[in-house]
Amino acid sequence: MSRLYITRNPRVAARSLDGEMMIMSGRDSTLFTLNKTATILWQSADGTTPLDEIVERQICTEFEVEPAEALHDAETLARELASHEILQLSEEPIPQRPSGESR
Amino acid sequence: MPELTAEVERLSLVIEIGDMPVRVNTTDPGFLGILQDRYAGFVSSSEFAEIEFDVDLTRGTFSDPEADVSVTHRLGRWSLQRGDFRAEWDPSVRRGWIRQTANKYSIDAVLRIVHTLVLARQGGFLMHSASAIRNGKAFLFAGVSGAGKTTISRLAPPDATLLTDEISYVRRQDAGYIAFGTPFTGELAKLGENVSAPIAALYLLVQGPENRIDAVAPAEAARSLLSNVLFFAEDEELVQSTFHSAFEFVSRVPVSRLTFVPDSRVWELIG
Repeated sequence: MSRLYITRNPRVAARSLDGEMMIMSGRDSTLFTLNKTATILWQSADGTTPLDEIVERQICTEFEVEPAEALHDAETLARELASHEILQLSEEPIPQRPSGESR
Repeated sequence: MPELTAEVERLSLVIEIGDMPVRVNTTDPGFLGILQDRYAGFVSSSEFAEIEFDVDLTRGTFSDPEADVSVTHRLGRWSLQRGDFRAEWDPSVRRGWIRQTANKYSIDAVLRIVHTLVLARQGGFLMHSASAIRNGKAFLFAGVSGAGKTTISRLAPPDATLLTDEISYVRRQDAGYIAFGTPFTGELAKLGENVSAPIAALYLLVQGPENRIDAVAPAEAARSLLSNVLFFAEDEELVQSTFHSAFEFVSRVPVSRLTFVPDSRVWELIG
């Protein structure tokens, strides 16, 4: 089974305020507020940790959910975030650019 | 024998909004008159201009002012386009041109866009809000169309100076923010006063059964502010800059929800 790697799209702006992660598309200025799971994915999206490990370490412990179900949901969510160009997905580790955008 | 060429007189005026003088050159006295009338109170005698535009007036080739605005940045030049105008501006030489018919609406849109572009690089922005000065402090009243920007402007007491009933001009200064008057009007159709003051508060307008001020959580404040900031540019760097400016603003300026009934007593809570 192939593994999925996620990284942040450097072309968006992101800020966390009072526990809410807000993302703005640099392309069309659309503003997104991430829910708790999406925020975990965003914060863990280092390009080198596989999604299944993020789910196991961060999501299963947070939400008391079955790993298989959690991974399925996380993949769906990651693809949705990618469709909005918030995350980038790959089946290979994603090399990181030197500068990050998250604050 | 008559002369085959004639010198065309270049007419110009400087429109100064938000402490940023913009020179507009035209060869049409009628259009100059339109500008002098439109920007009365914002025409400056300054010789210096941050930006200079040559206006090329055309006859009826543009038609659709409702068309979407396109603002793009390529090879150091900004390109601005809507159904009723085209413009280019090169910040490195501080010059540009505008092609439009002789009307006040097209150049007004160009000026709004140019100010958003300049402000974005300086930590400021234009936003959909009324604003007024009272007791030396500026207050902003933000909301979508129908939220009450014009109403609260109309209800302002005599000791309040109206900066705008539609588009507020926010500039970063030191540790705070300054609001400037603008000629960008809404339903009130009354130009703001060309003055400025430090911003003391931003109110998110809601019409309701009583006059009340409620605290707003920082995240909601940032979201509301961003929904009211004017974005035109399809430019990632500027979008990111304006995004972060909004968060800086809410970290430095109190943001509250102002519920009000449409009568002048609401101003007892302001200032």
